[in-house]
Parts: sequence; C-alpha cells; structure tokens
Amino acid sequence: MRVRTASHRHVVLRAGGAVLRLERRAFAVAAALLAVILVIGVSGMLIGDYPLGVRDVLASVAGVHGDPLGQYFVRDIRLPRVLAALLVGAALGVSGGIFQNISGNALGSPDIIGFTTGAATGALLQIILFEAGPEAVAVGALLGGFGTAFAVYLLAWRGGLAGYRLVLVGIGVSAVLAAVNSLLVVRASLTAAQTAAQWLAGSLNAIGWGQVLLVACTVGALLPAALVLSRPLGAMTMGDDLATGLGVRVERTRLLIVAIGIALVSVATAITGPIAFVALAAPQIAKRLTRSAGIGLGTAALMGAALVCASDLVAQRLFAPTQLPVGVVTGSLGGIYLIWLLGSEWRRQKA
Amino acid sequence: MRRTSLGVRLTVLAGFAALAAVALLVSLAVGSNPIPLGDVWQLLTHPSGSFESAVVNEQRVPRTLLIVVVGAALGVAGALMQSLTRNPLADPGILGVNAGASLAVVLAVAVFGVASIWFYLWFAFAGAALASVLVYVLGAGVGRGAAGGRVATPVRLALAGVAISMAISALVQTVILSNQHAFNEFRFWAAGSAEGRGYPVLWAVLGFVVLGLVVALSLAPSLNALALGDETGRALGVRVARTRVLVMIAVTLLAGAATAAVGPIGFVGLGVPYLARAVCGPDQRWVLPYSAVMAPTLLLAADVLGRVVIAPQEVQVGIIAAILGGPVFIALARRRRIEAL
Repeated sequence: MRVRTASHRHVVLRAGGAVLRLERRAFAVAAALLAVILVIGVSGMLIGDYPLGVRDVLASVAGVHGDPLGQYFVRDIRLPRVLAALLVGAALGVSGGIFQNISGNALGSPDIIGFTTGAATGALLQIILFEAGPEAVAVGALLGGFGTAFAVYLLAWRGGLAGYRLVLVGIGVSAVLAAVNSLLVVRASLTAAQTAAQWLAGSLNAIGWGQVLLVACTVGALLPAALVLSRPLGAMTMGDDLATGLGVRVERTRLLIVAIGIALVSVATAITGPIAFVALAAPQIAKRLTRSAGIGLGTAALMGAALVCASDLVAQRLFAPTQLPVGVVTGSLGGIYLIWLLGSEWRRQKA
Repeated sequence: MRRTSLGVRLTVLAGFAALAAVALLVSLAVGSNPIPLGDVWQLLTHPSGSFESAVVNEQRVPRTLLIVVVGAALGVAGALMQSLTRNPLADPGILGVNAGASLAVVLAVAVFGVASIWFYLWFAFAGAALASVLVYVLGAGVGRGAAGGRVATPVRLALAGVAISMAISALVQTVILSNQHAFNEFRFWAAGSAEGRGYPVLWAVLGFVVLGLVVALSLAPSLNALALGDETGRALGVRVARTRVLVMIAVTLLAGAATAAVGPIGFVGLGVPYLARAVCGPDQRWVLPYSAVMAPTLLLAADVLGRVVIAPQEVQVGIIAAILGGPVFIALARRRRIEAL
C-alpha cells in the first residue's frame, strides 16, 4: 500500500488497483479514533473484579492460559462484551449518519424517526403481555424494528422515497408507537414495568457469543456496503437533480442505504435495547472533529464504537459491583462531550 | 407559497375556534359518570349540592379549562421552538423542559419523599426552568452583544438542547432504576394526565401561560424577519440576541407551565404547529394563533376519549393525543410538499 499526499487537504491510498482518496483531517481523526478504540478495548479486557495483566489476557484469548477462571472471564465475559460494544456502537453510528444525511437534518436520527421506538414496542409487548425471556424479547425487538420500518416505508412511498418525507412519516409513526409504549408501561404490573424500564435503558450486561455473532455478521456485511454507498449519498445531499446529473441512481441508492440503516439499528437495538443518543451524537461529534461539511459514515462508525465502548467501561466500573445500563452513560457522556465540543467550536470561531 | 387573504385566514381561524368550542362543550358533557346533557347545563347554571353538581362544577369545568390552557401553551411553545431553531422537527422538549421537569419530579419522590400533584407542579416547573436556562447558557452562550459577537446557529442550539436533555434523562433513568417507589410514581406522571387536576392547578399555571402567550404573540414579526436569516433579520431591524432570549423565556413559561400541570405531553408541541403551517402558511403572526386554537382541540378530544374508552378507569391524555394526532400528521406529511422554515 502506498500513501501519497495529493494536495494540502487530501491523502491518497493506493493498494494494487484500488485507490482511496481521503480528506487529510478525516484520515487523522479516523486513525486517532482507532487508537482510542484499541486502548479502551484492551482496558475493557484488563479491568474488572478479577484482575488480569496484559499477558494473561493475550494468553486467555489464544486459549493457552493456565488459570481456567481467568480464561473464562476473558473469553466468555469480557471479550464478547467489548466486541458487542464496538459492533453495536459502529452500527448505531453509521445508521445515525445515514438518516441524518438522507433527511439533511441533525435531528433526523433513528431515535427520533421511530425505528428504535418500534423495536421498543416489540420488546415491551414480549416483556409485559407475554412475560417472555431475553431471547423472545430480542426477537420481538427485531420484528418491531423491521415492522415499523416496513410501515414507515409503505406510508412514505409515493412513486419515490423523498428523504424528508420518510423522516416526517417516521416521526408520526414514532409518536403513535411511543404512546403505545407508554400505555403498556402504565397498564403493566410494577414488576413487569421495571423489567421494561431496565430493557429500555439499553444494556450490555448479559451479552454472550451468540449475540456477538449476530451483530458481527450484520455489521460485517452491511458496513462495507454503507461505505461504498457513502459517496453517492454525499452527492445526494446536494439535491436529487444534481446527484442525478453526476450519474447517481438516486432512487435505488436511497432505497439501499435506508434498508442498510434500518437493518443496522434494528439488530443493534434487539441485542442491547435502545442505547440512547449514540445514533444522534456520533455522526455529529465526528463531523465536528473532522471539520467537514458533510457527515462521513466511516468516522461516524468509529466514533459510535468508541463512544459505546468507553461508556460501557464507565457503566461497569463507576459504581462497581453495581452495573449501570450503558445507555445511561452514553446519554450523559455523549451529551456532555457534544456540549463541550459545541462550546469549543464556538470559542474557536470567536478567537 | 399560496397567497391567502386576511379574510380567508380569519374565517378559517374562526372555524377552528368553533371546533375548539364544540370540543370544550363535549368535554363538559361527557365523562365516566353518565349525566344527561340537559342536567349538565342545568348544573352549570344553577349548581346544587348534589354529587352530579360536584362532578360537573368541581371536576369537569376546571379540568376542561386546564386542558385548554395547556393545549394552547404547548401548541404555541412548539411553534416558537420550531421557528427559533429553524427546524420543523424541533419541539419544546428540545429546550430541556421535559427532561428538567422529569428529573425534578423523580428527585422529589426519591429524595424528599413528596408524592402529590400539587408539589410535583412546583418541582416540575422549577426543573423545567433550570434546564432551559442551562440549555441557553451552554447552547447559545451568554454575554454576547448583537453587534460583533457571534450568535449560536439554530442547529447548534437544537443540538445543545438535545445533548443536555439526554444528559438529564440519563440521571432520571439512574434514579428510577434504583428506586422502585420513584419509578412507580414517575411512570404515571410521565404519561401525561389531567386526572384529578382541579382549580388550584389551573390558577397556579394560568398566569404563566397568559404571560407566555403575550410575549410569544409580540415576537411574531421579529420571528418572521429572522426566518430569512440572522443577517437579513438584523438588516430589517430585529435585535437578534434579544429576540432569541425572549423566545426562550416564552417557551420556558409556556412549556414549563404545561408540563408542570399535566406532565410531559410529547406530540402536541411538534405536530400541531406543523398542522397549523399546513393550513395558514409560514407567517408566524398566523401560525401562533392557529397553533393556540388547534392544540386545545386535539387535547380536549384526547382527554374526552381517555375518560370514556375504558371507564371508569382513564387512559392518560398524552397517550391518546399522540395516537389521534399521529395519523393526521402522517397523512399530511404524505400529501403536501414540505416547506422550509
């Protein structure tokens, strides 16, 4: 692979016939985020009530550690948890980036346009009406997310899928579903309502390899597809006519990218419950760090992964041995970070 | 943009006002205690000491009036918020009002052991006010002159509001997940209900709402100018920073009072201004009164339905309002081209 400086703002990566042109600052931010993710991921393996060193962790991952208990903690508890945090975070970040691009609105994240609410409706029905176990709740959430997406899609389709209409219809559907959720919680017994509240907070506390595999397959298949589509998507933010002029097949691209965004957010929510704010904040934080005009899906994915992974570490250790749901921490950590970023941006402009 | 004459707009507005009046009368006449229509009128004009008289005069009248006040407040606050952030997806909750009120209520239960509508009202109002001040200080920045200093862009204000709301909501969740009693009180309060609200609640919030409405209506021309952009607005003689502060004060008064009175009601502030703009166009001098008339109609209808669908129990007004309003909103989003704010 060859790295070449193309201009003041861009770097070009060449590997064989493939050429990748990146904005210099986005490249630096992505590299820094990868480093951060690595550090937090390794910390997530090291830190816990059962203390282990770097060498223990590496040996356990390789399966040659002498201490079976240590090996169990690393391979069956900490490793899947860290991987799940990274994958779910990346899925939410990309999904948020996709919908903010499609709607041209910073508030147009899947939290606000209904897919997360629909997944919650599916899960709450399972928890409250059928008193189901975790697997059935995950299936309910998945069905709820996809069902909502299908309904929104059908309602928003009018010989084409305008991004903004999709978001508005999503908000209407979301309002109705949020009311249904609220009705379920109000009519439920206190115990069932509390279980529901736990699920609604979004948590990585009971993650196993099965769930990691599901989200890994989803992200593994859809993230590259989203990155390939991010260039035509960028062109579409300048308007459909201009994008068509540039050779983008607008309708097809939009359909594909929306489907990808929905699949990512639905699977992530089914696994962990709705983790607040990541889909909205990660793309915006990434955009402000790269100081780019548009929303980059790659940096949004990295930012989402870093945010969820760091939040989960805090959620585990802040009041240990009591474990907070990760959604509580992403809400406050992401919120505070975004506020700080907005503030510093403003100070920089003023100076 | 469609040009509509003053007369047409006034007539349509009067039509919506008539609709609101019908809803108001229905709200007085219908409830979980079946009282014949003639008797209701009789009891309104000549209160007796009977049970039915108490139901009509002590329960239905203050409750109906409160719903009207809350509805008008939420509709206008939503219109102001969407105009301020120039984002049709914004609602009063973005100013942190709902999150702040929620935190205050769960803390009132968890820390102070308070559990009554009357105390929730004041805690919620204080929480809503504090949160919106926080959003303003952190989001818009303070102490900047209108001349040289930079004013926060609308999108940044919206983002700051969401960020602060999220951070506060995280605290709310921490409390309700660790305190069963607080959770149980909170889940009923958070659905948004007018059940059991009498005259004291009405009198407590009425002044704030009226003040908020007056401020809001007086700001309409400035908001119209600002819709063209800060620079153009300034050139047209609008004091940008001052207008923004006043709008945020008005939203805090209106949405804070509404949330304090009946709990957080989500959809009305977002959906009704959107419906109003669909009818009367983007002129804020019309959007604000239209919202003030249309929102109470929706809330009254929702409240009446909530009282009768599973009588003698009630479904919370916030829930029914979203279930009623959502489909209308979707139908509208499907039908028309979306105008930019």
